[in-house]
Amino acid sequence: MRKKIGLTGDGAAAEAMRQIDPEVVAVYPITPQTEIVERFAEFVAEGLVQTELINVESEHSALSACCGSSMAGVRTMTCTSAQGLALMHEMLYIAAGNRLPIVMVNVNRTLSAPINIHNDQSDSLGSRDAGWIQLYCENPQEVYDTVIQAVRIAEDHQVMLPVMVCLDGFIVSHNMEPVELLDDGEVKEFIGEFKPRLNLLDTERPITAGNLTLPEYFFEHKYAQVYALEQSKEKIEEVGREFGDRFGRRYGLVEGYKLDDAEIAVITLGSMAGTARVAVDALRGEGIKAGLLKMRCYRPFPVQELAGALKNIRAAAVMEKAVSPGAPGPAVFSDIIAALYRQSVRINLISYVAGLGGRDVPVKSIHRVYEHLQKVAASGEPDRILNYLDLRGWE
Amino acid sequence: MALNLKELSQREPLFTGGARLCVGCPAPMIVKQVLYAAPHNPIVVNPTCCLEVSSAVFPYSSWKVPYYHNAFENAAAVASGIERAVVALKKRGRLARDKEFDIIVIGGDGGTYDIGLQALSGMLERGHRCLYVCYDNGAYMNTGIQRSGATPYGAWTTTSHVGPAQKGKQQPRKDIVQIAAAHGAYAANASLHAWRDLMRKVQTALNYDGPSFINVQAPCPRGWRFPSSKTVEIARLGTECCFYPLYEVTDGGKKWIINHTPRRKLPVEDYLRPQGRFAHFFQKGNEYLIEEFQRQVDERWEHLLKLAEMS
Repeated sequence: MRKKIGLTGDGAAAEAMRQIDPEVVAVYPITPQTEIVERFAEFVAEGLVQTELINVESEHSALSACCGSSMAGVRTMTCTSAQGLALMHEMLYIAAGNRLPIVMVNVNRTLSAPINIHNDQSDSLGSRDAGWIQLYCENPQEVYDTVIQAVRIAEDHQVMLPVMVCLDGFIVSHNMEPVELLDDGEVKEFIGEFKPRLNLLDTERPITAGNLTLPEYFFEHKYAQVYALEQSKEKIEEVGREFGDRFGRRYGLVEGYKLDDAEIAVITLGSMAGTARVAVDALRGEGIKAGLLKMRCYRPFPVQELAGALKNIRAAAVMEKAVSPGAPGPAVFSDIIAALYRQSVRINLISYVAGLGGRDVPVKSIHRVYEHLQKVAASGEPDRILNYLDLRGWE
Repeated sequence: MALNLKELSQREPLFTGGARLCVGCPAPMIVKQVLYAAPHNPIVVNPTCCLEVSSAVFPYSSWKVPYYHNAFENAAAVASGIERAVVALKKRGRLARDKEFDIIVIGGDGGTYDIGLQALSGMLERGHRCLYVCYDNGAYMNTGIQRSGATPYGAWTTTSHVGPAQKGKQQPRKDIVQIAAAHGAYAANASLHAWRDLMRKVQTALNYDGPSFINVQAPCPRGWRFPSSKTVEIARLGTECCFYPLYEVTDGGKKWIINHTPRRKLPVEDYLRPQGRFAHFFQKGNEYLIEEFQRQVDERWEHLLKLAEMS
């Protein structure tokens, strides 16, 4: 039976994992992901899942053990944050290169140094080229829904790639909101059974996996992986649509909010979208045509969808919680410029790096971004492209 | 399973010829023995090492058993995941309960003693039913003979050179078997020349209700600087001088058993002399290196005798 209960983002992720009941979960605790690990360990102790839980000695081993169990042909999940994701960095590429459909919940936290346990998205955005599908969630309900969808997406035979489900540390992970849970049976039916084409346990048809692949073949193997990630867009949309048809909450690659007739817009991912909605509503009340574009899917990058949604905008700001030191611009901003260029869409685009190391991004700060956009829209050109929201002492 | 040469010679090797390993390489000798001895369905996990880059070069494979290479430092963790996958499938009735697998890691000493030690410790501590076999050639041979935690005292490598200021590696080897035994695992030292002992240990390990670790002496012609026809002979000398004794630790790390006591313990000189990596030991003024090497070997052998006597 479906029910609505209060859950944090971590709690929602754990609840989805309970219903998915994967064969193997290998995890290592790290703030602010820990609640997921602890809750899931409770489910194991109480016999609510049949999962083999491997409490490994590091995140590197967490993802390594996941590679082993996934290559053995069983449904496999893990979760981490920040330093943990960084320690997994090597394994991220291998999991994707070996085409292993592992689902990982990443609770976004900043990367050290300075050491800091609070939220930004420098961990997952910094892993953008590892070959994983990356989906960002705005609130606990989206976390719950997305973790369930991620299993279907990853295990599709046309995809066979790992999926990272990202939620902002503390802001989403520790914030309790009402979450509608599906019936256990509905989830089981939606995700189905994992049926790998090849697996290590098939001793009748022994496979050699993880070969040394020299220049003669490497490029083609890598491109096959790149192609699969590119093609996974369709599957992400299809699964999001089917989820909506069955359970009433539809998901896509990007989501516009009051964007159709908007003149200025903020583009963002994760929890900042929730705060920006409040700003948009207030501005609309003043007659200002403000809108919001939330990127749910960051990898594969929704080039056409994003450019299509922005083509009539006069000025837009990309707000992201990560910085790319020494780069022409931060990651999401740079990607969006490339996408717009590819689609021949020319709009005034500015960047706002915000909320690093857990710095709060309140509604009033987002209002300042929209004020800046109004000026850019009026003058027809940006006065300053790279901006740092609420940064003190560096004017 | 009978371990006699007549019977073994009739069986199909599970590691084929044609691999790109060097002539005289000890790795395939060890792999064949391990796979012959495995009582169930073997699945091999191989960290990045000489063996991996020479036996699984796409689109070829020397492996007639399921094989997975993932990365350098994590083979024990990968094996842990495979082992739990088997348990999970059996629990759900999706795999026959009587279908048994032998999950075997085969890795070099660099990936075991050094960069892979943490993952190995995790696998042993968690008690996975996996066998970890280290083919111990005492250096990073894949990258070109750099010193590792397994390199013997005084040995020349390309990162522990011999010159006026330094005579090879300054430290003794890490005692990896003692480390494994301290986890309560079945742990053993073996050598490729003592095939019956090695294969018995593999069978013991794979029938052991818990994790296991076997360190196997693997003389490397390229890295140790001896003719490629002498691999087995050098291994025998290593054991007969008690540098590489054959022993096992059972009963959760409590019982130490020496499997072979040389009738006449050879002086280490007999083992050192044929190897170019110890050539400087025999230069004038460097006699102390031989003495120190002998002292270390004697000390460890005496300690081993005491452990065996006590347990």
